[in-house]
Amino acid sequence: MRVTMTVNGETMTADNVWEGESLLFVLRERLALPGSKNACEQGECGSCTVLLDDVPVCACLVAAGQAAGRQVLTVEGLRALAGQEQLHPVQQAFIDAGAVQCGFCTPGLIVQAYHLLRHSRGVPADPDIREALAGNLCRCTGYEKILDAVRLAAGRPGDAV
Amino acid sequence: MTRLSLGKHGKAMEFLQPTTLAEAIEAKAAHPGAVPIAGGTDVMVEINFDMRRPGALLDLTRVPELTCWEQASGDGVVRLGAGVTYARLIAELGGLLPGLAMAARTVGSPQIRNRGTIGGNLGAASPAGDCHPVLLAAGAAVQAASVRGTRLIPVAEFFLAPKRNALHSDELITSVLVPRARGPQQFAKIGTRNAMVIAVCAFALELRPARVGSGDEGSVGTGIGSAGPTPLRAPAAEEFLAGVLADAGLWESAGPLPDPVLRRFAELAAAAARPIDDVRGTAAYRRHALAVLARRTLAWAWDSYRAGRGASRCG
Ligand SMILES: Cc1cc2nc3c(=O)[nH]c(=O)nc-3n(C[C@H](O)[C@H](O)[C@H](O)COP(=O)(O)OP(=O)(O)OC[C@H]3O[C@@H](n4cnc5c(N)ncnc54)[C@H](O)[C@@H]3O)c2cc1C
Ligand code: FES
Ligand code: FES
Repeated sequence: MRVTMTVNGETMTADNVWEGESLLFVLRERLALPGSKNACEQGECGSCTVLLDDVPVCACLVAAGQAAGRQVLTVEGLRALAGQEQLHPVQQAFIDAGAVQCGFCTPGLIVQAYHLLRHSRGVPADPDIREALAGNLCRCTGYEKILDAVRLAAGRPGDAV
Repeated sequence: MTRLSLGKHGKAMEFLQPTTLAEAIEAKAAHPGAVPIAGGTDVMVEINFDMRRPGALLDLTRVPELTCWEQASGDGVVRLGAGVTYARLIAELGGLLPGLAMAARTVGSPQIRNRGTIGGNLGAASPAGDCHPVLLAAGAAVQAASVRGTRLIPVAEFFLAPKRNALHSDELITSVLVPRARGPQQFAKIGTRNAMVIAVCAFALELRPARVGSGDEGSVGTGIGSAGPTPLRAPAAEEFLAGVLADAGLWESAGPLPDPVLRRFAELAAAAARPIDDVRGTAAYRRHALAVLARRTLAWAWDSYRAGRGASRCG
């Protein structure tokens, strides 16, 4: 089937989509947006996190047809929000805080952190950061640097997000 | 609303996308084998892992009737559309249905709670579904609809076997009718960590205080999760506790609960379980843990009953 949706502000259409296919598969394999990662395909790791109509979801658990006509924001879209020349402040904070090692979990964490910060005032409390990121697994960093990155992004002057 | 194509696995599948409840029910009648998909947090896992290859998916996310909830007038019942998500149970229903909101807070992760629905939990009918103990404790009912009409299925009759429920092949869950809380409710669950765990076992409790002058002597509701082939109630524990509270005038006095009462309630709750050994825990551990959960939830619920009555909390 054909699926049309708005991805990162652009109308995109994928053809020959199999009905049982996930939004994640469509993004990565049909729309050339491999930023969202596929690590588990069962909702456990959060590396495929995208915003669907501004709500964080695991793209691996959304049927492609369910996303038709909806708004999808992926990590690639954050870059675009910041202007193509630079990283988004949340991305930059992950680098500056040393929160990226192998990087596989990073796109999902960045999308989830972006959503948290956009819906928080000031620096969120630690329990709130932990709760927001509870569905994003990282095998490398031990999470401390990730928490640092979120606090860093939240505390930076100007409109970080 | 129907599209057909061959997929990466070479098997045809239809994607049905009704936009009204009437259309959805007609689609289910026309395609009894179609698998409804709401949040997809159970269905997509099965499809991704090739555990399920239905001939059709019936997407319910565009059916507006399923995503509403309302407090039906007068009778104190909340009607939850099948498509209400955990995130909304937490954000919108903590006051009317605190037990359900507590259970929702323990589900999966934010991403899962944003998509997963109460109707999907019932549809999947896992013995570990976290809504189920709360719905059992509350005496809720599932409303099912088909082209033949609608019917109400008491939750206690809804679960038939692991992952099997009482729906007919042409039926959809439209809503769940849950009596609104009129006393303390509690839910507790044992798992290896706070986020993202399937319960090793879970327990829900609700106290329905006596109403002076109405002849209503008060009652107790219970629900057990992950410790039997289906979610279960613990009727002997309910009757025992309701009896003690009425006979000893405890609803009225809001006095402290004697320790032997807590202990006996816990024993009876654990005895109602029918647990098995599996990867998440042994039957013996589950029984033990259930007794602990039953005692704790009762202590918490009774504390909040007493606090609500203005009694001292240090007794
Ligand atoms: C990572 C992860 C963690 C999880 N953690 C928990 C947890 O802690 N506790 C818990 O209880 N569950 C958990 N689950 C399971 C799942 O999220 C829940 O069962 C959820 O409620 C399913 O809802 P859904 O809308 O996503 O259902 P779907 O996957 O869309 O559907 C589930 C089943 O219900 C049927 N169905 C859906 N809607 C209807 C309807 N209206 N009428 C008839 N049938 C219908 C579907 O056909 C399917 O059989 C978890 C899942 C994942 C992936
Ligand atoms: S790939 Fe989607 S949650 Fe792991
Ligand atoms: S940096 Fe490797 S998984 Fe997180």
